[in-house]
Amino acid sequence: MHETSAAPAPAAQHHGPPTTFISKHVFSLDHKVIGLQYYGLALVAVFVGMVLSWLMRIHLGWTNAAIPGLQAISPNGAPGGVITPEYYLQLMTMHATLMVFFVLTTAPFAAFGNYFLPIQVGAEDMPFPHFNMMSFWTTLTAFCVLISAFFVSDGPPLSGWTAYAPLSAIGKVAGPGEGMGQVIWATAIGIFCIGQLLGALNFISTVLDMRCKGMTLSRLPITAWAWFITSCMGLTAFAVLMPACILLILDHVAGTSFFIPSGLVINDQLLPHSGGSTLLWQHLFWFFGHPEVYIAIVPGMGIVTHVLVTNMRRPMLSTKALLYSMWALAFLSYMVYGHHMFVSGMNPFSSLVFSFPTLMITIPSTIVVLLWIGSLYGSKLRINSASLFALGFVSMFVSGGVSGFFLAQPSLDIMLHATYFVVGHFHMVMGVAAMFGIFSGTYFWFPKMTGRMMNETLGKTHFWLTFVGTYCIFMPFHYLGMAGNVRRYASFTDDYLQRLIPLHQFITIAALFTGSVQLIFFYNLIYSRFRGPQASANPWEGTSLEWIMPSPPPWNNFGGKDPIVYHDADQYGVRTSTGADYIMQNSPESAVVVRDGD
Amino acid sequence: MAKLLAVTIIVIAILSAIPVVMNTWKAPADISTHGHLIDNQMSDTMVEAGVSFLAAQILLAIFIWQFSSPRTDGKVKTFPGGAKGLVIAAIVLVGVEVLALGAFGSKAWAQVYFTPPGVDAMPIQVQAGQFAFYFRYPGPDGKFGPLHPEMINEGNQNLFGLDPEHDVDSRDDIVTAEMAIPVNKEIHLLMHAKDVSHSFYVPALRIHQDFVPGLDLSLHFTATQIGKYEIVCSQLCGLGHYNMRAYLEVMSPQDFDDWQKKQAAAQ
Amino acid sequence: MQMKHAVIAGLVMLGASALAVAGPSGGTVTGKVTYEGTPAKMKPIDMSKEPSCAKMYATPQLVETVVTGAGNSLENVVVYVSAGAPDEAAPSTAATFTQKGCRYIPHLLAFQVNQELKIINDDQTSHNIHPLPKLNREWNKSQPPGTPPISEKYDKAEFIPVKCNVHPWMHGTFAVLKNSHFAVTADGGSFSLANLPPGKYTITAWHESYGDQSQDVTISGTESKTVNFVFKAKPY
Repeated sequence: MHETSAAPAPAAQHHGPPTTFISKHVFSLDHKVIGLQYYGLALVAVFVGMVLSWLMRIHLGWTNAAIPGLQAISPNGAPGGVITPEYYLQLMTMHATLMVFFVLTTAPFAAFGNYFLPIQVGAEDMPFPHFNMMSFWTTLTAFCVLISAFFVSDGPPLSGWTAYAPLSAIGKVAGPGEGMGQVIWATAIGIFCIGQLLGALNFISTVLDMRCKGMTLSRLPITAWAWFITSCMGLTAFAVLMPACILLILDHVAGTSFFIPSGLVINDQLLPHSGGSTLLWQHLFWFFGHPEVYIAIVPGMGIVTHVLVTNMRRPMLSTKALLYSMWALAFLSYMVYGHHMFVSGMNPFSSLVFSFPTLMITIPSTIVVLLWIGSLYGSKLRINSASLFALGFVSMFVSGGVSGFFLAQPSLDIMLHATYFVVGHFHMVMGVAAMFGIFSGTYFWFPKMTGRMMNETLGKTHFWLTFVGTYCIFMPFHYLGMAGNVRRYASFTDDYLQRLIPLHQFITIAALFTGSVQLIFFYNLIYSRFRGPQASANPWEGTSLEWIMPSPPPWNNFGGKDPIVYHDADQYGVRTSTGADYIMQNSPESAVVVRDGD
Repeated sequence: MAKLLAVTIIVIAILSAIPVVMNTWKAPADISTHGHLIDNQMSDTMVEAGVSFLAAQILLAIFIWQFSSPRTDGKVKTFPGGAKGLVIAAIVLVGVEVLALGAFGSKAWAQVYFTPPGVDAMPIQVQAGQFAFYFRYPGPDGKFGPLHPEMINEGNQNLFGLDPEHDVDSRDDIVTAEMAIPVNKEIHLLMHAKDVSHSFYVPALRIHQDFVPGLDLSLHFTATQIGKYEIVCSQLCGLGHYNMRAYLEVMSPQDFDDWQKKQAAAQ
Repeated sequence: MQMKHAVIAGLVMLGASALAVAGPSGGTVTGKVTYEGTPAKMKPIDMSKEPSCAKMYATPQLVETVVTGAGNSLENVVVYVSAGAPDEAAPSTAATFTQKGCRYIPHLLAFQVNQELKIINDDQTSHNIHPLPKLNREWNKSQPPGTPPISEKYDKAEFIPVKCNVHPWMHGTFAVLKNSHFAVTADGGSFSLANLPPGKYTITAWHESYGDQSQDVTISGTESKTVNFVFKAKPY
């Protein structure tokens, strides 16, 4: 495509340089600061989410163990230090909610996207900096509202991040945390949706309207495309989740019965509701929920591709094929959501209908994996922390993805639905893979964002221990699932599960170990921020526009002078007058691509 | 370091495959008439997924090994066939494979969901409520009395909300906490949710179905082996979800009759 | 004259010692609670979903909503003074409610407003005790095996049904009462309310299935009065 790009918005339209501490670091209009604020939020959220998962895993391995200090934190949740069944479910609900929303949707998309999307399209900032600032503060508000659920008398909800009705809709008769806690949860998620919609608007209009001269859509780096695709998904998906949360809140506070049919009895009392549909919640939630998992992974795919291309010194075998596959994933993601509902009680014929696009979605997923692997062939792969995590992403995505072959089939879902097989699948393909994408992006872009290099020894150590550790945690989940181990159990009392408890204990030890290893990463971030060696403008010899600016970039990115772009971001493995094997996007030099065997 | 990564990936891939190949942690043995279709589908899928998994990881490892040593002669090479070949391979190999899996797998699904129960199937009602399953047999009159949810009284063990004082059909209904069935007899299971969503999962019987409040669903199946099995709830239903189960006892027809008489006497 | 003083002194002393032996207050209300008609058959409880409890019983336990004894006697009836006696401060000892063998022991626990209620889990499984008050604050708490007793109290008088969220057959009652004049009938159905100062009282008998009945009684001095209650049993 060779469209003329839109004329860049004049620099003066935007904000002047920030002068006060507040305008520089707190209420900042600068997309870079906003990106870092999102990153910081994600760091806090991942730490809390990880600690919650430790508590869960300890309880699963050693159900009656008294955890020192826990009784002081939650006398009701852990009398004598022993986690009660409801507390386990509350921890689980908050773990998942924090991780999916405040880590996996926030870090790869809102954090890195806010920082680098305007730069990569050659803009000084996003078109609506005030909306952008509001999107962060809205997201932070959502986080604070969510965390407040820990402090109400009955605690957070116990219905999982999926909050199925009627358990989540009928109020505190359903169980501890289902009153105020559930309302707080739904409110927090509703606020989160608003933040995401504001962000998506900015991302989409940045890509469409803010590209600098010469930056046609076909020359956009793959990360910019990934963030654009993700924003399109976010706009439609979060727009469905928000009203669903509102309806849920109304069922709690306004006496409505959107999700509650008649005739339900709890505590020997007939509930005063009628007319609602239990399955309606599931349809609304999963219509959001399936695109959401692609929102979580597509930015990571973009980041990993960007990191690999730079470190392989050659572009993907076909950037176009990769891009079309990512669009196909986004498009198909809306058609497959019923695979979460195969045995839900919806018409079993619908289950077969949903399984068809679910099986089809393996095709673009396979294409992207084969493109990554095939592009390694004949490359000049450089090994560093960023590229290690990118390669780890590919391995994890394969491992997590193949379990999808099983779950896409309703007949197999009969055995695997709601077992640890599903939990292993999504942790690997979404949790770990997306985390690896975040790590890869961090090691790759830290020099640009801070002007200092991260410590490579610590980075590589972090990679090795995390790579092996996460396989030790999540691969066994699939075995548990195949043995029929049901998920969301606070402990395992069934006869047929007793022999699986040693495997759970192994997983717990791996989880505690791997979690502790993340302290290496955290230490590396802090230490390198203040003491790391100075970084040049382009330490990785990359071609895209973030590498033309100093490290760290000035407040207005390109110093008031918009760049002019002559190439796409794939000019690696080329012959140049300087002897370098790459040409930057803003270099007027023409490219001579050199391939062996061409 | 790249070579170490390559070796690690291959070791992890092989170690991951071992428990599957050795069937170390396997599902409970199948005691149903339709389960073999599911189990065969599971094995076929396992082979395809396993091959894809191992092939991808090994190829990834080989390329990491081969193409990471610094080469000063400097020219980048292209994978034979380029992207086109890979895209075609993905569409043809994987696409056809998964379509085939889907097509063949639908047979197992149809067996469970698209065939109606036989006319002689024994009806049993199961009610799921926080946090136990209770079962109701229609008794000698073959009819289930109507349910009155407002009359449910757990303290009195009126678990289904029956009104035998006024409903004649309820008087011989047999309510139990265990599900006993005769072997080799088709059962028509009528599912009713009392309060929130639950699920009926019997791994040994290869059946799994959510209870939907407001929607009365049914399943049918036949058990082929005498023994004691577990029915577990698999849809998060509250704090007692982990402890929500009932035993399924598959008995000889004679033992089943004796059991049913004993239960009737205790009503 | 001295003889007369001695006799009067002696009589006074006898009177005083008689009063001392009778205690600070005097009267007693005793009686029996029985039923007429045919009570519903108490169904056996199938605890099979919890094998650690089920194995404790050779024959299944029966539902305890109506427990009868010899002579048509009715157990688990709370007989108490509902009017005529002042409210009393709670004693310092705790009332103990034990979960054992997946049953509540006792089935009905009577104790006073603001008296400490101590709940013990003596089983290998976790229980979740859920009292269902209408006037008092509602709470439910899980109690994993081996964890310390739960300590709670209620600040309003009420009859509170109690259930276990995890084991649907476990049911009991808390009778939270305003004064110390109460008794719970056991096998035989008899009760005795002692140490009642002279006055007019309303004695109420409360049964979880058959409702409540009241009778007025006047106590003067140290007499013992008999009050019997007869409840109408229901076959369903």
